[in-house]
Amino acid sequence: MADAELSNYQLSQLDLLEAESIHMFREVIAEFERPVLMFSGGKDSIVMLKLAQRAFYPANIPMPVLHVDTGQNFPEVLELRDRLAAELNLQLIVGSVQEAIDNGSVVEPPDGTRNRIQTPVLLETLEKHRFQAIFGGARRDEDKARAKERVYSFRDEFGQWDPKNQRPELWSLYNGRTHVGESIRVFPLSNWTELDIWTYIEHEDIELPSIYYAHDREVVDRGGMLFAVNEFIVPKADEKVVTKRVRYRTVGDATLTAAVESDADTIDKVIEEVASTRVTERGATRGDDKFSEASMEDRKREGYF
Amino acid sequence: MDILRFATAGSVDDGKSTLIGRLLYDTKTVFADQIEAVERVSAERGEERVNLALLTDGLRAEREQGITIDVAYRYFATPQRKFIIADTPGHIQYTRNMVTGASTADLALVLVDARKGIIEQSRRHAFLATLLQVPHIVLCVNKMDLVDYSQEVYNAIHEEFKAFATKLRIPDLTVIPVSALNGDNVVSRSENMPWYEGTSLLHHLENVHIASDRNLIDARFPVQYVIRPQSDAWHDYRGYAGQVAGGVFRKGDDVIVLPSGFTSKVASVETADGEIDAAYPPMSVTIRLEDDVDVSRGDMICRPNNQPEVSQDIDAMICWMDEKAELRPGAKYAIKHTTRTARTIVKDLTYRLDINSLHRDESAGSLRLNEIGRVVLRSTQPLMADEYSRNRTTGGFILIDEGTNRTVGAGMITEAR
Repeated sequence: MADAELSNYQLSQLDLLEAESIHMFREVIAEFERPVLMFSGGKDSIVMLKLAQRAFYPANIPMPVLHVDTGQNFPEVLELRDRLAAELNLQLIVGSVQEAIDNGSVVEPPDGTRNRIQTPVLLETLEKHRFQAIFGGARRDEDKARAKERVYSFRDEFGQWDPKNQRPELWSLYNGRTHVGESIRVFPLSNWTELDIWTYIEHEDIELPSIYYAHDREVVDRGGMLFAVNEFIVPKADEKVVTKRVRYRTVGDATLTAAVESDADTIDKVIEEVASTRVTERGATRGDDKFSEASMEDRKREGYF
Repeated sequence: MDILRFATAGSVDDGKSTLIGRLLYDTKTVFADQIEAVERVSAERGEERVNLALLTDGLRAEREQGITIDVAYRYFATPQRKFIIADTPGHIQYTRNMVTGASTADLALVLVDARKGIIEQSRRHAFLATLLQVPHIVLCVNKMDLVDYSQEVYNAIHEEFKAFATKLRIPDLTVIPVSALNGDNVVSRSENMPWYEGTSLLHHLENVHIASDRNLIDARFPVQYVIRPQSDAWHDYRGYAGQVAGGVFRKGDDVIVLPSGFTSKVASVETADGEIDAAYPPMSVTIRLEDDVDVSRGDMICRPNNQPEVSQDIDAMICWMDEKAELRPGAKYAIKHTTRTARTIVKDLTYRLDINSLHRDESAGSLRLNEIGRVVLRSTQPLMADEYSRNRTTGGFILIDEGTNRTVGAGMITEAR
């Protein structure tokens, strides 16, 4: 490139976002002794894994990965989770909600949803391994509370977020100092939107669990949300099981994550669909965020991502 | 498509939330479920119209008290650009947040109410934007519908602000009359103001030229991390990972490593995709050197003929951000500058700046929350310092209280000596 052209160069939005995220990954690895990457096998965490890989290439990703498994996850997702971890030579740590229920350290709520009891299992696993920096794939466009969270989110010794007591974050200078027991959650995808994620998946040719693409599936309609019929969701007597062409926009616990009707069975069609959609991904598919105006904020205060 | 980051400043009364709501809504960024939620809550509270501020207020306390507490980041895109808004509250006690939002902004959007004209707060916002070296400023004269879209009112505000702006040396100023409530001149040109010859706000945001705002002259590469794979295939590999903070790096370039002063040549500039021709800001790359010199995190790779000041002594403007402790001469902090962390002592508080009158109070003994002043610092290690006006990345730093671990100050280097 000639210097004259250089003065007008532009990096694409994906290049800019990637450069910023890679900078965050490197900062954390350089400054923390015990980092870990949250990895569920969902699309955002797979993008995180890709970024981490690119940040440290040709070295391996210099930290283990961690999944808090509610015991109610989609098999396609767990399969890819295990395969990717093995391919990249990563230590996969699984915090099991089922085990915690079995040994009595948490109690399953009567309605069978396990979102809220994930948090104590997460905190216990983090504590056991003494992780100081925990990478999460949360994005600010997902939720109003997240829109106010820092890239380095300081958590007290209970893993709690205090929105009124956040460290100012200027330029690309991050303050990762903690006292013993405290930790930092790090969100390298803070400035990415759902569409950026999908465009990057396309650009980098990233493999995702098949359930992100349109497929035929037996579902029941619960309050306008389509839940897959499987071992975790048993239709009630008055519920009608129908087969629909659906895909998942987000992937989490099978009892809480709903599918959306869609014909998008290729990456290009998904991008087109995401670009024209009029409903947020959490609003469309996450039973867990519907409970109150501030449900994400409340869960974060308790130590959730 | 590139990214424009802009910071908005203004109080609720200026119609800032409405303006942002309008931008998001008219660019089809607000989703149906978000609108539904806002409509539901507005109705539950017995509010007469849909309260667009609810779209942007994220925290329980904010919704309950009807205030904005903190910087919120919002995203929208048009076919031309992706936009990141740092939405900051405008009250005086939130100078800290405005400074935070402005630190990474390409453009600052300052809002005034056409009925009130330029007030103290507008001057403060414009001053903070220039202090943080935001290259482009847009003054939105809002609520034009309430002054009958009067050209005279607009002209008077425009003139008054221009006079003030001359004192601040704003590099690029644009003034746009809008009505956020009705959408005049927000996304498209308004028929209500035929006398206005400029573009709509969105058109300006889409087209303002930011590519040349980056410093492509002074080559600066703060080393973040040394990549040394523990594998047989890459046994002798040693790469210096970092994000280019200025200038251009190419294979074969003569370089000097600071502060050690070792010289070498760039053997390659790489990403995970392999070698690339050139790296420029803000690319994250890995640089390999021809010689096996000692380089570690906190060092800076530069060109021998263009070096920053390597010095333990710097003068800087500080914006103080801590509620509890004050900055006083003699106090010690951790200083984080590029990838280097050191300890520093405040040798002198030269003056405290009144950000409304720009008066310098040389008798001030401390800086409290949201106060700004000039200090002299001496650090335990040399810093590779550029003037902030020359490079925002190598000229900015933060101060951290070593007892509480809080980020207590934001600094902008004015001089290294």
